[in-house]
Amino acid sequence: MDVIYGIMDAVLPLEALQFSFMKNAFLAILLLTPLLGLLGTMAVNQQMAFFSDALGHSALTGIGLGIVLGVSSDLLSMIVFGVVWAVLICRIKQTGATSTDTVISVFSSTSIAAGLLILSRGGGFAKYSSLLIGDVLAVTPADLGWLLMALIVGVVLWVQMYNRLLLTSVNESLARSRGVKTHLTECAFVVLVAVAVMLAIKWVGVMLINALLILPAAAGRNLARNSRQHALWSVVIALGSGVAGLLSAYAWDTSAGAAIVLYAAGCYAISLAGRSLLKR
Amino acid sequence: MPEHHCSLCHIGLEGVGVQRGGQTLLHDVSMHIHCGQLTALIGQNGAGKTTLIRALLGELPHSGHIRHVDDHGRDIPHLRTGYVPQHLHFDKEMPVTVEDFMAAAFTRRPVWTGVSKKTRQAVEAALDDVEAAELMQRPLGRCSGGELQRVLLALALNPAPDLLVLDEPVSGVDQNGLRMFLDTVLRLKETHHMAILLVSHDLHLVREYADHVVLLDKTVLAQGSAENVFQTEQFDAVFGQGKEAL
Repeated sequence: MDVIYGIMDAVLPLEALQFSFMKNAFLAILLLTPLLGLLGTMAVNQQMAFFSDALGHSALTGIGLGIVLGVSSDLLSMIVFGVVWAVLICRIKQTGATSTDTVISVFSSTSIAAGLLILSRGGGFAKYSSLLIGDVLAVTPADLGWLLMALIVGVVLWVQMYNRLLLTSVNESLARSRGVKTHLTECAFVVLVAVAVMLAIKWVGVMLINALLILPAAAGRNLARNSRQHALWSVVIALGSGVAGLLSAYAWDTSAGAAIVLYAAGCYAISLAGRSLLKR
Repeated sequence: MPEHHCSLCHIGLEGVGVQRGGQTLLHDVSMHIHCGQLTALIGQNGAGKTTLIRALLGELPHSGHIRHVDDHGRDIPHLRTGYVPQHLHFDKEMPVTVEDFMAAAFTRRPVWTGVSKKTRQAVEAALDDVEAAELMQRPLGRCSGGELQRVLLALALNPAPDLLVLDEPVSGVDQNGLRMFLDTVLRLKETHHMAILLVSHDLHLVREYADHVVLLDKTVLAQGSAENVFQTEQFDAVFGQGKEAL
């Protein structure tokens, strides 16, 4: 870590980055935001904003169940529950029985209620409130290792599945006629989103995680003409908002997650204006 | 000569049936779809046309046999189908160009990393074949119904299929676009010599374009040339007034 810190001091001699907790937070942002930016492009194109929002909420249940079952790691119980939950929604959606909107809403409210029921037992929810707003300054070097691994695995999977997912999103029968396993592809995507969201939740918070996934991709979409530009804009906006948000939060002594999301929202507003210029 | 041999080359359905949720959607469907011919599938809504297509595409489990037989009457184990769907449900604002969409089907390299020169050439050639090369950089959501049909046709033809399935490619397309589309299909029928199955509601077009017509209502009610099928009692029973308009 010392080597990395040394490089950061040399390259980025900012006052805000002189503390190692800020360096860790900065590195966490560099690792997390590109993955969320990439995954966001498809989440936005498939109109899954509501789904990923609900997914974030399920973290509460995951932690709650982890406590009941005596699982020592919050992150592990969140990820396992998030993945199970995502696959379940995906399967129900694929049977085509109920409208997707309704299914997600049912799952979302159930998981929030179940999470609150467990976590607020004995009036003790206050100690979990950091989960709602997140704390990016609490990142440890060990966390960074996990985030780096997640970024690598996430991008590799994303390279593998993107084209198939794109075909599936345009027409399932068409994708299947070209040998795409559409159900598997869709579920693999929601699982990947679930894992990325759960990894980020501790730092960004349940309330804002969805914004970080959706806003950069939504802004990028206004500026892009093709898939490559969309991915590029989305990653650049996610990274830029992340870095700017972190530094601003330090300067203003406020929540980093909130500052990051506000920068992303600002980018979205600008992109709306830019869209009319670029597309005409 | 191909014409001579291909009377044997066909996709043969023998006693095909589809059951779903305790309901019989199709039973005892037997028909041949010949190479180098356009076979039209007609029938009312709910007659099982889409079900038959899904069985052909291998999406629905079915009873009976679907055989792919070559010029010499031998079974070919593999049947490569090209499919042009009826309509697409996607977000029209999605920043995905025709090139992105086709490259996603042609290669494994994810299109968000860009499109290689080789793939670009392949996409261009495929679009050129259906006279749609100018659509290459157009966002998918900005193509008209007719333009999308051409893009989908270009996709269905690459790699060259044994059987091209056109699922009612008429909805949402104006008459001009439709004729252009079917003329392209007709040209490809001659040059590529593939078997084509067209699902259609438009009996005028079926009469004009189809070599063989199959009237379906859960099973095959009648089949033969358009003239013959349109004169059967079964056709009267299914289409009634529609016939007088012809």
